[in-house]
Amino acid sequence: MLIQQIGNGVFLGAVYALFACGYALVFGVLDILNLAHAAIYMSAAFIALALAGAGVPLLLAIVLAIIAAGLLGILLDRVAFAPLRRRNAGTLAPLISSIGVAIMIQGIARAFFGSDDQPFPSGTFATAQLQIGSLRLGVVDVTVLGVAIAMMLALSSVLRFTSLGRSIRAVAADRIAAALLGIDVERTIALTFFIASALGGAAGVLIGLEFNSVSVDMGARIELKGLAIIVLGGMGSVTGAVVGALLLGCVETLSVAYISSGYRDAISFGVMFLVLVLRPTGLFGRRSLRAA
Amino acid sequence: MLAFFAQYSKLVDQAGINALLALSLSLSLRAGHLALAQAAFMGIAAYVGSIGAVDLHWTLLESTFAGALAAGIAAAILALPVARLRGIFLAIATIGFGEIARVVEINAPITDGAEGFSDIPNDAGTLAIYAALLATVAALFLLGRSKWALAIAATREDENAARGCGIDVGLVRTTTLVSGAVIAGVAGVLYAHANFFITPGDFGFPRMEQILVYCVIGGVTSSTGAVMGAAVMTALPETIRFLHDYREVTTGALLLAIIILAPGGLAQLWRRHA
Repeated sequence: MLIQQIGNGVFLGAVYALFACGYALVFGVLDILNLAHAAIYMSAAFIALALAGAGVPLLLAIVLAIIAAGLLGILLDRVAFAPLRRRNAGTLAPLISSIGVAIMIQGIARAFFGSDDQPFPSGTFATAQLQIGSLRLGVVDVTVLGVAIAMMLALSSVLRFTSLGRSIRAVAADRIAAALLGIDVERTIALTFFIASALGGAAGVLIGLEFNSVSVDMGARIELKGLAIIVLGGMGSVTGAVVGALLLGCVETLSVAYISSGYRDAISFGVMFLVLVLRPTGLFGRRSLRAA
Repeated sequence: MLAFFAQYSKLVDQAGINALLALSLSLSLRAGHLALAQAAFMGIAAYVGSIGAVDLHWTLLESTFAGALAAGIAAAILALPVARLRGIFLAIATIGFGEIARVVEINAPITDGAEGFSDIPNDAGTLAIYAALLATVAALFLLGRSKWALAIAATREDENAARGCGIDVGLVRTTTLVSGAVIAGVAGVLYAHANFFITPGDFGFPRMEQILVYCVIGGVTSSTGAVMGAAVMTALPETIRFLHDYREVTTGALLLAIIILAPGGLAQLWRRHA
């Protein structure tokens, strides 16, 4: 029972981690909260759903939806953040402009797909189950966990070992110094948005698959959890976001199993509130992205 | 005029309540503090006021007073742990507080849970709402000419410099948060009585986002701006009703356009052209 619960927590946590990494990346590089992240998460799930409905094989549909989410991220930056960045508009304006884009994306999704929960077309994925010791896993669970782990490993190696990763870390540390050193700051920011949104989109597709349900409102359910996670891990720290997400996933499933499902979210946000008050830098501090 | 009012009286009432909420948030924003717990304060007051009105037969005035008091006390308690937090960190902590409040409202034994609390006496009319709004605007106008307003402005511009001038920055933060919460509390009780039905979902993060939008669209640091922002954003969905399915998209696009083209909000545009 306990092992099954922790297993469920890890699954949930892995997907939360993908979502939160995108938040953390943008916050680490630009010091802004991107409130359209959850809308991109939702739209990627719908894109995957539409592709699967049109008969595209599932894995290809997942990959295409993730790329589409990344491109949407670049567009988001161009439309909502770049004009404000040029003007040094402070922290409030980007919050509002990203809310504006989020409302637009939701409106478009609602116009196309309606407000109801929608399942993937039957036969899209196998429903077989594996039994490992006392842990029971579906094929979907394994796919979800695999994609999540692969993407996080890819992210951390991009940040650590590539010249793009070096540029991202440089821009995060000091945008002006990075520009003086010849880094194309705008290009780096665009690519950061591509990566962050692709991660968020992947999370959306995977949650959609895991629960076999996609809806316009699915973003609202994870948006604030993403915030809780990046606070828990330390704002702007990608490692912190992963650890925070796994912690939150386990806290959630365990509190549902052993305390009360009604108070699940209060417990997550209570933990977040305590961390903020007692240790505002989070578990991993906010310099981690810069040092990663 | 009367026909117009008959058709749109609900909208007019809603605009008044939203203006109160925007004013309430603008107090904290004026001090440079991104404290986003207005929806939670509104909810706490709405539940206290409604439960009192239904179970203890309070009048609207008693219910408003108790609700506002409860919201103020909640804010005073919240002010202690978040005293050291600034900027986005403060925003997230206060959003977290809002989520906790919402979950408690869903699960507490006396709120009737997620299904919502109903049968609240429907006695908050346009008159009561606009009387409250007028009183709030007048109070803020008078305060705007006091030393307190100077202390708030100084805290916003540079906290350390303000501290150097002998301003108790912590006190400014607490008083703006508490007085904002009292205003939000009044708005919450009026909201409950005007709609005679509330659910915890009415006071969640989407509501908080709306209030923030009213403030920033109107112009962060002025009462005129907050009221204008609330009026425009409340009327907008109704005005573009003819767009049907494209209403949401249009609202988002307009929001984006205003924030990109008029970073100081509508109040600033107004002043520039006046």
